[in-house]
Amino acid sequence: MNEFDTLLSVLDAWVSKTLVILGGVFYLAGTVGLLRFPDLFTRLHALTKADNLGLGLLCLGLVWQTNSLAIALKLLLIWLLALMASAVSCHLIARYALYEQKTSTKGQS
Amino acid sequence: MSADFCVGMAGFLLVNLLVGLLRIYRGPTRADRLLAAQLFTTITAGVLVLLAVGENKPALLNVALLFTLLAALACLAFVRLPSRHPEDAKEDE
Amino acid sequence: MSDWVFDGLLGTGLLLLGWQTLISRDLFRSIIWFVVLGLLMTLCWVRLAAPDVALAEAAIGAGVTGALLLNAYRALLIDKPPRHPSSVVARHRQTTAWAVGLAAFSTIVVGGISWALLNLPQAGVDLGTLVRSRLAESGVSNVVTAVLLNFRGYDTLLEVAVLLLALLGVWTVHPKDETFSEASSDFAQNSPLVGALLHLLAPLLVLIGAYLLWIGAYAPGGAFQAGAVLAAFGVMLYLSGRLTPTPTATFSLKLLLIFGPGVFSLIALAVMFWGGALLEYPKDWASLLILAVETGVTISIAVTLVLLVSGSPGLKRTYQ
Repeated sequence: MNEFDTLLSVLDAWVSKTLVILGGVFYLAGTVGLLRFPDLFTRLHALTKADNLGLGLLCLGLVWQTNSLAIALKLLLIWLLALMASAVSCHLIARYALYEQKTSTKGQS
Repeated sequence: MSADFCVGMAGFLLVNLLVGLLRIYRGPTRADRLLAAQLFTTITAGVLVLLAVGENKPALLNVALLFTLLAALACLAFVRLPSRHPEDAKEDE
Repeated sequence: MSDWVFDGLLGTGLLLLGWQTLISRDLFRSIIWFVVLGLLMTLCWVRLAAPDVALAEAAIGAGVTGALLLNAYRALLIDKPPRHPSSVVARHRQTTAWAVGLAAFSTIVVGGISWALLNLPQAGVDLGTLVRSRLAESGVSNVVTAVLLNFRGYDTLLEVAVLLLALLGVWTVHPKDETFSEASSDFAQNSPLVGALLHLLAPLLVLIGAYLLWIGAYAPGGAFQAGAVLAAFGVMLYLSGRLTPTPTATFSLKLLLIFGPGVFSLIALAVMFWGGALLEYPKDWASLLILAVETGVTISIAVTLVLLVSGSPGLKRTYQ
């Protein structure tokens, strides 16, 4: 029973660490996309998709670490809210940029 | 998971934020600058979540919650700006 | 070791952002730099073990202030549309001599203050331990709330009054016939996603505001943080067109504005009838009175901040 417990706790630590590191990798991908992509719209895509996945993996890895249900639920709530806010922000910025391009003199975009 | 690992990951995210500042500096249009600010909201939420669990301070989760709740606020204010001719936009420097 | 790295990065980021905010020639860029500075300030407060301030900074500094500055930028663009693109530019034409002189002066001032701080005589009484030893009498178990609303309640009363005065000041400079309804794009108002987001966020924001108000008694939270969250919600409603500016404030709006300072002052004076000094709560009633005061202050702060961002004397629901 004791060895099983320790094995489980070691597995726990490894799984959560992997998830957190994976989350960090996706954050890195988002930042690289922000800097290297050629156009506003592609940058929007990198930002709102990669970063939220990073946050989600981060939260998932940390859920594994806590003992309290309240904290785990709060972590998931944070991720869901980030998703919602990102979706709306992406949509608004993209529409605004399209409108700006359309109302410029034709042939500029 | 030690506090050191969490703070280390948080530091990595902070490096991401600092490097992303370049987009605010360079971004040719205003929307580019704003979307970098949006990115930093997500990064800061990630940092706070890491610090909350790593150093066992559940109050920081409330701070992260506030960040994600109010992330769309700057965007809502931004899209009310009168749109600008892209040629004007490119002369930001 | 990783603590030092993190704090070092944070400090560098703060200095970088502060420098760029002041030096940037484009006003919009300065605004964005400032918003990001607010984000990093929140992290600073967290690292300085001040989660109450971090909560307030997250709601106000990183949320409402961004909206306020962008709103002001919009008014600037509409009021004085730039004929030449770079006329919306922060001007600083300081010569090198001025810059060097100012830098030297600032260094002397900061250095002098630091030296004075480091050489302070040992305080006769350690305020931290004093507060903690009397915490049980204050009616709450969160040290920050105890200091804000009980031990130094007088300062908080005056702060709430100052906020009201600020709003009155904004009202006096408000132009009589302002119609900033010209929006060349109605994205925020007509977008279906914004409506859905508001529907989802409305109950959450009210709930979290009430939650922060309630836990202020025993965990980081309190009236200012709750009021800031509700204010952010009101600002979202205003920005997405659900609330329209009106040229006058209704009676109920004015009532909401003075509710906080009013309740606070009434309680402050009423406790004198129980043989105490101003604001000396009777010990059995302390937690209840603090909760009543905090509720009033939350409501007033929320309404005041929304009106400060919209700049108009009143707001009403938009009926479509």
